[in-house]
Amino acid sequence: MATNEEILTKIQEILADALGADEDEVSSSATLVGDLGAESIDFLDIVFNLEKVFDIKIKRGELFPENLAADGEGLAADGVVTEDGLAKLRERLPYANIDAFAADPQVENIQDLFTVDMLVKFVAAKQASGE
Amino acid sequence: MRWIWIDRFEELVKGTSARAIKNVTLAEDHLHDHFPGFPVMPASLMLEGMAQTGGILLGDLHDFQHIVILAKVPKVTYHSWAVPGDTLVYDATLLDERPVGGTVSVRATVGSWLVAEAEIVFVHLDDNDPELGSIDQKNFVFSMKLMGVMEVGRAGSGKDPAGELTDETSPEIDNS
Repeated sequence: MATNEEILTKIQEILADALGADEDEVSSSATLVGDLGAESIDFLDIVFNLEKVFDIKIKRGELFPENLAADGEGLAADGVVTEDGLAKLRERLPYANIDAFAADPQVENIQDLFTVDMLVKFVAAKQASGE
Repeated sequence: MRWIWIDRFEELVKGTSARAIKNVTLAEDHLHDHFPGFPVMPASLMLEGMAQTGGILLGDLHDFQHIVILAKVPKVTYHSWAVPGDTLVYDATLLDERPVGGTVSVRATVGSWLVAEAEIVFVHLDDNDPELGSIDQKNFVFSMKLMGVMEVGRAGSGKDPAGELTDETSPEIDNS
């Protein structure tokens, strides 16, 4: 079983390749979109590579749920994620730092939940569960 | 101009690999501008041919039920260039495929030297996908027009069209 540090090292390589970032930019707290410039299509590439490198299976939308902030999801009101919404986010993104997000729960900040650290925890949990 | 950047599809091993060729010729207008006095196949169009080769490989896997769109080129390296008279050979290998898309690696060679290599990510879309309308069709790797390259072989090789020529009368021709 890989340690979180080993997982982080591999994820840094994957993200450096997929996003054209320098490995030292890919810190644990870096956000994929804001700091590393990921676009939607990059998420697909990242999922492909995580599956390959870590030999895990990731269902569509499992790691990067689509349209989280879309109308009808009931997460937000007036551009701010509601208490109910936060609870749903905790369920959908169990490895994201929702507590930090809750301090300023603007819908536009949802993308900042996708961090390098979230990927590390996701992969560690996947490996632990043997999926 | 037709957006077909491979001349002949040569080999397909279903779900594994594909090979196509592109002959570079001075009859192509853009070579006179790219560059004046130094005509070389534009790298972007080489990549397009590599994507068309890999896109057909991926599309074939699902019997062309999906529209295959070039999504991303995570890696591409040009080691050299191709000039008029060269035959570029594109060898695509399927690295990964899944319901949402797939990845191929492609090598472009002229003779024994490596001209370019790339990794290309494709996504699948279906005709009824609501996002279809918002996508520039130039990004489509293939349409049915491109699929015509699969049928080039129907014209035969030209080696012995009427069964009358023999190796003795046409010793120079060998398209095998």
